[in-house]
Order: sequence, then structure tokens, then C-alpha cells
Amino acid sequence: MGATFAQKVLGRKSGKPSVQPGEIVTARPDHLLTHDNTAAIISKIGGELEKYGLDNSETPVIVIDHVVPASNEKTATNHKRIREFVAARGIKHFFDAGEGICHQVLISKGLALPGSLIVGSDSHTCTYGAVGAFATGIDRTEAASIMLSGKTWFKVPHSLKIELKGSLAKPVSAKDLVLTLIGDIGASGANYLSVEFHGDTAGLTMEDRITIANMGVEMGAKNAVFPVDEVTEEFLKQAGAPAGWEAMWADPDASYVKTLTYDLSKIVPVVAKPHTVDNVAPVTELEGTEINQFLIGTCTNGRLGDLKVAADVLRGKRVHPNSRLLVLPASRDIMLEAVRDGSIEALVEAGAIMLPPGCGPCLGAHQGALAPEEKCLSTANRNFRGRMGCAEAEIYLASPATVAASAIEGRIVDPR
Amino acid sequence: MRVWKYGSDINTDMLFPGKYTYTCSTPEEILPHLLEDLDPSFAKEAGAGDVIMAENNFGCGSSREQPTVGLKAMGIKAVVAKSYARIFYRSAINQGLMLIECPEAVDAYKDGSTVDVDPEGGLVKVDGKDYAFPKLPPEIIAIRQAGGLLDYVRGELQERGSR
Repeated sequence: MGATFAQKVLGRKSGKPSVQPGEIVTARPDHLLTHDNTAAIISKIGGELEKYGLDNSETPVIVIDHVVPASNEKTATNHKRIREFVAARGIKHFFDAGEGICHQVLISKGLALPGSLIVGSDSHTCTYGAVGAFATGIDRTEAASIMLSGKTWFKVPHSLKIELKGSLAKPVSAKDLVLTLIGDIGASGANYLSVEFHGDTAGLTMEDRITIANMGVEMGAKNAVFPVDEVTEEFLKQAGAPAGWEAMWADPDASYVKTLTYDLSKIVPVVAKPHTVDNVAPVTELEGTEINQFLIGTCTNGRLGDLKVAADVLRGKRVHPNSRLLVLPASRDIMLEAVRDGSIEALVEAGAIMLPPGCGPCLGAHQGALAPEEKCLSTANRNFRGRMGCAEAEIYLASPATVAASAIEGRIVDPR
Repeated sequence: MRVWKYGSDINTDMLFPGKYTYTCSTPEEILPHLLEDLDPSFAKEAGAGDVIMAENNFGCGSSREQPTVGLKAMGIKAVVAKSYARIFYRSAINQGLMLIECPEAVDAYKDGSTVDVDPEGGLVKVDGKDYAFPKLPPEIIAIRQAGGLLDYVRGELQERGSR
């Protein structure tokens, strides 16, 4: 019996010739991502850091992104403590406020490599499966322990195979595909599983793959991964990734708990209704739902292609007077490119409010909070009750094309 | 001792709202907001020795650890659910919070049922009837016995330092 992607990476990283699902192994992650929560993480281990020091200064990747620029004295003090820690410990990979959302930054700076093992104190760490990495989320305490020890334990997961066939019919997008998937298998449909995408993945852009892998955790997955191909290689080259990585992929006779097959040409625009991501319906069932706030961006859909799609829809038009549109590029580099190619000009002319690259309103910590009874249509990855700062508000999730088309009408419309 | 019963897909935003994640990190800061958007009475009335029972996929969503830190600090004896989301499950191990996966016990529970848990014995008692749950692997028990992940790692570092 062949090995799955998860078995191969976890076997290699734990120094074992082969590992089986259910087995617990110890491995040294290639990178440890932490963000604004670095402040809380280092405060747990101040004494140990003094006594033993960091395990090493090259594994951590620290990005200040969740509340940027700082919203108040407390978050500003957290940021300050992170900068002091970075300077004192000589952290090699540090990205300050304004650089972008951690997942976009880590992947676009070439730090996520095929076959590498990455953990992060953020649930959307699974994003790096887009480039063939084994990447998964952990909590702050575990991040603190890895800073000290450099290692952690992994239970080798069983795997779910998703076979893709054909191609998406524009304006249907990767977001519609992943929401459809989550709607089908449910928010716990891939619990504890490694999700592998097989089949016609070559037709998906790197942006598409990032959007899909990013939402792996919304179906409960430990990680979600795409095979490495020319698209990946070109992306890594552009990102300035170091050479010497080795792609890993499942053997043809690997064992899966289940195989699902999707005909991409059959996917239609969908919306996840409040208050769970698996509450998915075709957009046609929700047409006419009045929306107060639209959000295009986040680590799920804040890349250049997403902003371009939105700009093409909104160019020469206006956001509905009863609504507001927030645009949140995933990184400074993306924002700059979108300025240069005219996308941001079109969006601002249409009435969009531009937010600085970062997590912004997605988790309700600051910026763009909702009021009771308000409805938001967002390209983010979560619509949980209270997620955007108010438990009496409602969040709907959709693709950039659907959100942009709906913003003109002030209500949900079919982008086709 | 009180039992708090909840449904499926209880996410970490319901257990601890995202708007507080970067301003509250100590148990004192966390406790007043625990389960705020799920059950406002919980933070006021729950206490040491209480048990939470839930359906499937408890703790899904964000990796924030305020829910596990808060429930542990409150003295919650155990959470008994049909299944858990993996980051939350891991986080509970790291904090030394007892999570029990026991669908039969959850199904047996009705409003007003008496519940007791015997973590060492691997049993949940509902209305006097025993329901067994699987034992954890030794690697995980070692972390729990050390009092949580940081204490476990401290032990390792001390051992390494003294060699």
C-alpha cells in the first residue's frame, strides 16, 4: 500500500521510513508562524527565554497583521513588545504592520516550500497547502513551546481525496468551489483529515489554490494540499523561494477514507448563509437579500485577481447608496499592483472604502464592525455569529464577483 | 455541580468573541467573556466542577486559546462531546483541560440528568449508567500529567540543561 502526502511529509520530517495514520510522531517544523498573538506567546515563556534562549531564530515567521495599524494603547503596546522581541532575539523573518496578512506574506515571500512542514498559531495556516506544503494550525501555547524546543508532536492523519474534473465556468470561481465542497461535506466533514486535491488541478491558478487551501479548516481539515506543478514552480520563482526543495505527493495506490469527485463545469455561484460556513445555497436562492456592508479582501480573497474581478464589475458604476463597500488587499505588494493596474482607482471611484492590508474587519477586532440587524456580504472565510463584532448581525460569504455585482444593487445578485 | 448542554458546531467565536482576542489573554480578562455570544448566563453562573456536554465538532473555527485557557481556569471538570475540532482538541491537551469524546454519553443525556466523569477510569456516568471512552495515547497522557504542554517542555529543558 502506497503512502499519502501526509504520511510522506510526516514520515520524512520525523525521520521514519514509513508512518501510519493514527501514529504519533515528533517533528521539527520548518517554519512557525505567529502574528499579533506573538505578544501573548512570548509573555508565557519570558523566564525560559532568558534561561535557555530561542531554539533558533530562523524558524519563526512573525507578521503583525491582525489589528493594524494599532487600534488602541493595548494593541499598540503588543506590537511594540513584538518589535522589541524580534530585535532582541534576531528573528530573521519579521514583517511589520502594513506588509500584509500573515498567510499572504509568508507564501508570497517564498517561505512556504513544497514538502515543508509549517505550523502556525492561526487556524488558516492550512493556506500553504496551495504550494504543496504540509501546513496546519496550533494554539498560542504550542507556538510558545516550539519557540523553546523547536519541535512538536503530530498525529498522522487519515486522508480525503478530492478529484477535480474539467474547469470552472467564469465568473464562477475557486471560492464557489470551496464553499460548495464545505456545504456538501459539512463543517466537520474533514475533521482530523488531510485533504488532497487531485485531477485537473493544473487549470487552477495559484490564487485559486490559495483560496481553496485557506478554507480547508472550515471543513475541519488538518491540512489541504495541491500537487506541485509548473504553476507552483513559476509562483515560487516569482516569490524568490530558495532552491533545493523537494516536492512530495501521494503514491497512486495510497489509501483514503473517502474519494469525492467534482465536475468543475457544474459548479455555480453560491453563498454561505449565517451563521455557519456549511450553510451553503446557490446564489439564485438568495437574490434580493438586502445588504448593508460589502467586504472584498482578506486572506481568502484579497489577491490581485480578486481585486481585478471586483474592479471590472464596478468600473464606471457606483456602490448602492444604502450600502458601503470595504476593500481589504491581502498585502502591500498586492495593493501596489492594484494601484498600478487601475483596479483600486476603479474601486475607489465606485465608492469603496480602502482599508490597509491586514485582517481588518474579518474577526471583528477593529475596523468595519457591524451593528445589530445589519447584514454583510463578504469574501472572507467565516460567517460565525459575532464574528464581525456584533452577535445580532448576519454575515454571508461569497466570491469577489458575487460581492462586487451585489454591491452595485445593494442586495445579493447572481454575478452571471 | 451543573451540566451545561450545547449543540453542534459550537465555534470558538461563540466560546470567546474575536473582538476581545487581542486585548484579553489572562484568565481574569477571559472569564467574564466566556461563551458570551452562546450563553450569557455561563460566565455568571458556571463554576469549578461543572461539566459541558455538546454534540459534534465542538470548538471549530479560530485557533484562539482563550476558550481552553478560560474553561481550565474556571475549573470545568470536563467537556463531553460527540466530536471535537482538532485545533481545539490539541489546545485542550496543551492547557490540561479534560476533553472526553463519548457520543453514547451525550445521547444518553436529557435535561436534568446527573453526570459524573471519572477521567482516570475512562468513564462518564449519566443517570448512574457508565459509558466508557477511549484512553489517550501515552504521548498525550505525559503532557497532561505534566500539567500541560509548557510545563512538559519546561521539564524537558531542565533535563537537557542538567545533562
